[in-house]
Amino acid sequence: MRIVMRRPNLFANIACAIAMLSLCMTSTVALSAEPPKSVLEAEQRRIEAIGGACRAAICVFSRGGQGGGSGVVITPDGYALTNYHVAKPCGEFMQCSMNNGVLYDAVIVGIDPGGDVALIKLLGRDDFPNATLGDSDKLRVGDWCFAVGNPFLLATDFQPTVSYGLVSGVHRYQYPAGTLLEYADCIQTDAAINPGNSGGPLFNAKGELVGINGRGSFEKRGRVNVGVGYAISINQIKKFLGHLRSGRIVDHATLGATVASSEASTVVVSNILNSSDAYRRGLRYGDELVAFGGRPITTVNGFKNALGTFPRGWRIPLTYRRDGENREILVRLAGVHSPEELIQKVQKQPAPAPPDKKPGDEPKNPGEQPGPKPDPKKPRPPTRPRRGPAPIPDRVKPLIEVRKGFTNRYFNRLETDRIWKGFSAGGDFQAMNGVWQMSGAISTGGSVEMTLDVESAKGMFPAGEFTVNKEADLSEQLLPRNSGGIGAAMMIWRRLLTLGPKRFGNAYFVGKAPLRGHTELVDVVFGAYDVAETYFYFDSESGRLLAIEMFPDVEVDPCEVYFQDYRDVNGRMLPHRLEIHYGDRLFGVVQCEKWTLAATADKGS
Amino acid sequence: MKYSRTQQPIRAGLSRWLLVAVVLACCHNVSDHVRAQSGSYVDAVASVQPKIVKIYGAGGVRGLEAYQSGFLISKDGHILTVWSYVLDSDQIIVILNDGRRFAAELVGAYPQMDIAVLKIDTGQVEHFTLKESVELNSGRRVLAFSNLFGVATGDEPASVLHGVVSAVSPLNARRGAFASAFRGDVYIVDAMTNNPGAAGGALTDGRGQIAGLVGKELRNSADNTWLNYAIPIGKVAPAVSDIIAGKAAPRRIDDPTAKKPNDSLTLQALGIVLVPDVLDKTPPYVDSVIPQSPAAKAKIGPDDLILFVNGRIASSVKAVKNELEFIDRIDAVKLTIQRKQELTEVELRLP
Repeated sequence: MRIVMRRPNLFANIACAIAMLSLCMTSTVALSAEPPKSVLEAEQRRIEAIGGACRAAICVFSRGGQGGGSGVVITPDGYALTNYHVAKPCGEFMQCSMNNGVLYDAVIVGIDPGGDVALIKLLGRDDFPNATLGDSDKLRVGDWCFAVGNPFLLATDFQPTVSYGLVSGVHRYQYPAGTLLEYADCIQTDAAINPGNSGGPLFNAKGELVGINGRGSFEKRGRVNVGVGYAISINQIKKFLGHLRSGRIVDHATLGATVASSEASTVVVSNILNSSDAYRRGLRYGDELVAFGGRPITTVNGFKNALGTFPRGWRIPLTYRRDGENREILVRLAGVHSPEELIQKVQKQPAPAPPDKKPGDEPKNPGEQPGPKPDPKKPRPPTRPRRGPAPIPDRVKPLIEVRKGFTNRYFNRLETDRIWKGFSAGGDFQAMNGVWQMSGAISTGGSVEMTLDVESAKGMFPAGEFTVNKEADLSEQLLPRNSGGIGAAMMIWRRLLTLGPKRFGNAYFVGKAPLRGHTELVDVVFGAYDVAETYFYFDSESGRLLAIEMFPDVEVDPCEVYFQDYRDVNGRMLPHRLEIHYGDRLFGVVQCEKWTLAATADKGS
Repeated sequence: MKYSRTQQPIRAGLSRWLLVAVVLACCHNVSDHVRAQSGSYVDAVASVQPKIVKIYGAGGVRGLEAYQSGFLISKDGHILTVWSYVLDSDQIIVILNDGRRFAAELVGAYPQMDIAVLKIDTGQVEHFTLKESVELNSGRRVLAFSNLFGVATGDEPASVLHGVVSAVSPLNARRGAFASAFRGDVYIVDAMTNNPGAAGGALTDGRGQIAGLVGKELRNSADNTWLNYAIPIGKVAPAVSDIIAGKAAPRRIDDPTAKKPNDSLTLQALGIVLVPDVLDKTPPYVDSVIPQSPAAKAKIGPDDLILFVNGRIASSVKAVKNELEFIDRIDAVKLTIQRKQELTEVELRLP
């Protein structure tokens, strides 16, 4: 701002005006070349925020060099987020540049195809510059934000592009494009999001990561920004991070019910599967949804937003109203797809349709989507070979293990080993492959005894004696009655403790999930044995086994056992309080008085 | 910011106050910049959102979205928006920022200015006051509020874009390019307001004070560029007052006090033959014109579309005939006609 005055007598007047101003304003506006201090400070903060953001941002290039996109490193050991639709055409191996001018090898870890998120891992350093995760629920419309990325694959010099803008909307819902990609609860910004920005970070003004850019409303003007870009909220991604680290194809959640707006503008259940957990917990057609996952529900989109942020299998509180009365239930969310269906969609098919793509607009190469192909006249990044994709380098091969249902099983082993190592700190049960005996008392009155063997379990409960044997179908031996099958559950528990996840059978790390009575997310390991599918919940800090849920069949309630009061028994930590739940009821709390673990298959203690 | 570099002789006494005013105006802009640099527009946005409405009406076929934006301009529930096909519907739905849904009445429109006013029956609502609109010059920061792409539904707030006024310039600078009904200066902005559904939204300054009405989508057919612009409120405020005062009331047939003259005008007498009335709402296109008739003398021709009869909306053949029944043979009639992209007005009188 400059005011050029010719008449000398006016200077006095300017001075007078300035004097008046400094009286009435806290921040002095000097009509000189020096901008106000507050502006300089704001500028400095912005420079710092952008500087940090640019160091953590990456440009993703596919091995063949046909495509790419953007991403951001979130841990010092190189875990980085990008879009599924960016990672997909790259396969298991890609190369990522950082603004230090270095191109790093990277491998795929896990994918969330429904949410359009992929976790990859950069290799070669344990001190990668990384972004700090912010709280996207704190974003307000009108806040400043900025996107960093590789629009139009411009970053041939590895320097990312920064575009500044406003948060235009929060908690936006964007209908699925094609069959998979659904943007729920996303952030809308007018910061320029162009093809190539996909997978790149959206930062708040402080430089904290608040979203992953992935989609825009492109219509009449071709595939360039029209002031409307969408980012997946980082708070949603935080819920999926544990799952993504499992190296699996991760699914989103469904309630097993659909909702609609009623005449009275409330959100009501318009359809519900009677095989769903919500139905078993009491939700019925016509019930009005009041809150879900801690959010008040006022619109159908609001419900879809809340639901879309959860991974399959999480248990989420839901409040509904019937006959003027509010009821709260804890609902176990099913997957949007059956596991086989998801594998079909992701592993058996070519690249998915990019978001917002018009039918018949199929790109010739599976490059960055959505977006036009980069200008062939532009210089190419050095990863572009002349002919076909380069082979995956030998140094990277040990870190890639593609299996059905897993994008990279290598990372599942890594996580499963971590959990098992943590648990084993509380004792090694490998040698204890004999009979395990427990005696104690149950809260409902009377004494309890259990004998757990390799393939059978016996028990003496106040209601009577029982025997569970693997020879017969476990789902038909859910004893004692109304326990959901505590005998089978404890037998499977003993199996995991003695054999560990590696020898258990089909066992793998699922991810992180909430657990009743715990504020932090806990590690979840899945194990299939006989017809039973069991989830094991471990404390991420202590490694202790907190609970198991044994499902003897599909679409039934599991037997839930919460393990508490761990005490040392001959150098091994064993739970001395077992809280047993089945359905909506507490079956009982067993106080263990004595544990006896036999070391060999021979009977005895 | 355009502060006088060329100095006119100023009287000493006055100049002091002028300068104070100039510097205060600077502060205004500086605080805009400070906000732009450090703070945020959260408060301004929050103050504007309750005044923005989502409008749903006709359309829904490819390329013609059945929705647009608008904003409240009176405590009685008047809404200013752009005049478009969306409003050419028996049922116009307005959804307020808090999710409340209303059937809106089309109070009137000035297609020459691309504006229309709706009304909903609601209690006290937050609204802009057009009299307090601010005038912008190039360089000023602006916020644009609209329901672009129909992304917000129910109680979800409208989208906000930011930008600056790039220029204040007449829209019809080049005939053919950016053909628009509105004639006069508009705010050209660098915020991407030219999106489906954004028309009728509010352009405000950085403090959320109303400055403009986001214009309809305009594309230059020659170079395929799209224009982001808003119509200055100051330019349309008198017309809006006229509409609210009932000077552009739609359809006399809805007015129980209106009386038909004994001998009224007819299409035949004017020399206009409209297309056959085969639909429920056949658009009133001119099929042919009787030679030597008043219509022929006024150069009305086939394919002209009648939009208004004496400033009243007449969106079907039936409506045109109806309106004429209220006009005495001895009076003149003013027809607003759309000919390709151009709006023209003709006055016809029987000899």
